Amino acid sequence: MDIHEYQAKKILSNFGVTIPRGGIVYSPENAENKAREIGGSRWVVKAQIHSGARGKAGGIIVCNTPLEVAQATDKLLGKKLVTNQTGPEGKIVNRIYIEEATDIEKELYLGLVFDRSSESIMVVASTEGGMSVEEISKEKPETIIRSKIEVAVGMQNFQARELAFGLGIEPDLIRRASDTIIGCYKAFSELDATMVEVNPLVISKQKQILALDCKMSFDNNAMFRRSQVSELRDKTQEDSKEIFASDRGLNYVSLDGNIGNIINGAGLAMASMDMIKLAGGAPANFLDVGGGATPEKIVKAFKLVTMDEKVKVILVNIFAGINRCDWVAEGIVDALKKIEIKVPLVIRLAGTNVEKGNKILKESKINYIEANTLEDAANKAVAALNK
Amino acid sequence: MTVLVDKNSKIIIQGFTGKMGSFHADEMIKYGSNVVGGVTPGKGGSKHLDLPVFNTVKDAVNETGADASILFVPPAFAADSAMEAADAGIKICVAIVDGIPSHDMIKIKRYMRRYTKSSKMTLVGPNCAGIISPGKSMLGIMPGHIYKEGKVGIISRSGTLGYEAAQQLKNLNIGVSTSVGIGGDPINGSSFRDIIEKFETDDETDAILMIGEIGGPQEVAAGEFAKENMKKPVIAYIAGLTAPKGRVMGHAGAIVSAYGESAIEKVEILKECGITISKNPSVMGDTVKSVLEKM
Repeated sequence: MDIHEYQAKKILSNFGVTIPRGGIVYSPENAENKAREIGGSRWVVKAQIHSGARGKAGGIIVCNTPLEVAQATDKLLGKKLVTNQTGPEGKIVNRIYIEEATDIEKELYLGLVFDRSSESIMVVASTEGGMSVEEISKEKPETIIRSKIEVAVGMQNFQARELAFGLGIEPDLIRRASDTIIGCYKAFSELDATMVEVNPLVISKQKQILALDCKMSFDNNAMFRRSQVSELRDKTQEDSKEIFASDRGLNYVSLDGNIGNIINGAGLAMASMDMIKLAGGAPANFLDVGGGATPEKIVKAFKLVTMDEKVKVILVNIFAGINRCDWVAEGIVDALKKIEIKVPLVIRLAGTNVEKGNKILKESKINYIEANTLEDAANKAVAALNK
Repeated sequence: MTVLVDKNSKIIIQGFTGKMGSFHADEMIKYGSNVVGGVTPGKGGSKHLDLPVFNTVKDAVNETGADASILFVPPAFAADSAMEAADAGIKICVAIVDGIPSHDMIKIKRYMRRYTKSSKMTLVGPNCAGIISPGKSMLGIMPGHIYKEGKVGIISRSGTLGYEAAQQLKNLNIGVSTSVGIGGDPINGSSFRDIIEKFETDDETDAILMIGEIGGPQEVAAGEFAKENMKKPVIAYIAGLTAPKGRVMGHAGAIVSAYGESAIEKVEILKECGITISKNPSVMGDTVKSVLEKM
């Protein structure tokens, strides 16, 4: 789960990281008042969407008067911002963060992620803040320093100090920088985060160390014990079909193609998508109804896939194990009584009681194309598309 | 020997009296697995499915001599249950459950460092289908009848894609020595490398089919291990050719976040390691067959 910049900053400040003064607003009037309340003579108006690279997309505006702050807020609110991370459909701006402008002396990069090789938390830092970590690794890989943290004991002061010195921070500020790094680590480990990225982490001309922009993501599996974090979810930033899916216990990812998929198991779903591509088609979605493929899930899956106007063919591929094919077939027949399908439907069943399952489908008089193997299913789906 | 489980494995079910635990215990017993009891804290002393229920794993081990366990407890309690099993002297534990937080998985693995290599429990999963040695024992939730007895070892992240492979092999009259589902989470108990290493020393296995997917370093690590240390042929399929970068594809671990984690990159690296690639998921069986014919 992702959260907004302003939410991430609030969390980090609770862990002792310094952030510029700022506040969230939902209207231009609010924005003008907020700018006066914050004080100073320059402000930054920041569109809050779940994406980086907002600056290049026009989502960050520097203002010199409270009136300008109001105008910039008016310009951004309700707008769809398209960045290189949002996809062509962009993300809607519903919240604006007003922040005092910072006099930047130096921009640094600080990121924390899980390192899957060593199964520990990895801190990545660089003197080249402001660029994405991918750009840094490509253009200035020599500036990257890493530190693996032993999670059983947590981050030690010396590790934070090494990173701070490694970033070339002057001796007077080392203590403050170490505290900042440890604060980020604590936020990561204590809140079940999967990513904390402060980019840039800046040293201001007034010699403050500030988190100027921040992104955090959290482990969905841990939300049961992180109610305060899960409350920060902003559904306006998510694909409506993906919300429909996650609310119903389905794993769904919206894609660009036109062959809709209903499959049980994530691996089999990816494999089926691969077969569609090899057959010359393109999947409209990834959809895993779960290993069990219960009739309830099948109904929900059909509802979801038919919501997508791009879908011109639906491919159902179920490998039934302990849930037998006859039971799955009954679920499909039942679902098709409740939902009208206007596009060709290809169904491939495999596994336990496959003959019985196919017989139920045939006798049900539903309009579908039977397929036997993964390859057959993909070929028939692509062929149905071209008819 | 058989990899991880055999006819003599004495199995207990953790979360025995729940719906999932009861259902799958029954399936395992029907398959012929030697299930000796189960654990549900607070229900010790009672009987369930005609088998004894214990309050703690230690009690179960002391009374039954159990050496294998399978977890059907909710995600929030799974880490605790796995560590309890490790401490009670269980040798192999399968965690079926989907939804264990990554931080908890790290905690389990750190906890297990207290044991020496010989006394350390092997944890398989979470978010997996479990283990089956066809004709001998099933410590999992797979449909046992799709597995023919034979000499191919299967390791798969995905449950249903592993079934697909077993079915393709069976259709070609090729059997399986052991199939291990290692699960789709970013941090899991046993990696591809951990399991192919076990297959290499297993005299009932002639070749290994590894079914990987996008995300994480494990497939490549296994490939590099195979290149340096293995004599048995390894065949691999990597799912997720069409998966977009930066998106989680169902499995929490199926996300491309670094170089070498996409399907194409993994395939290239595995080829360089001398591994035979199944070019698509519908020819996993055929690819294994052609490798076996050359042996």
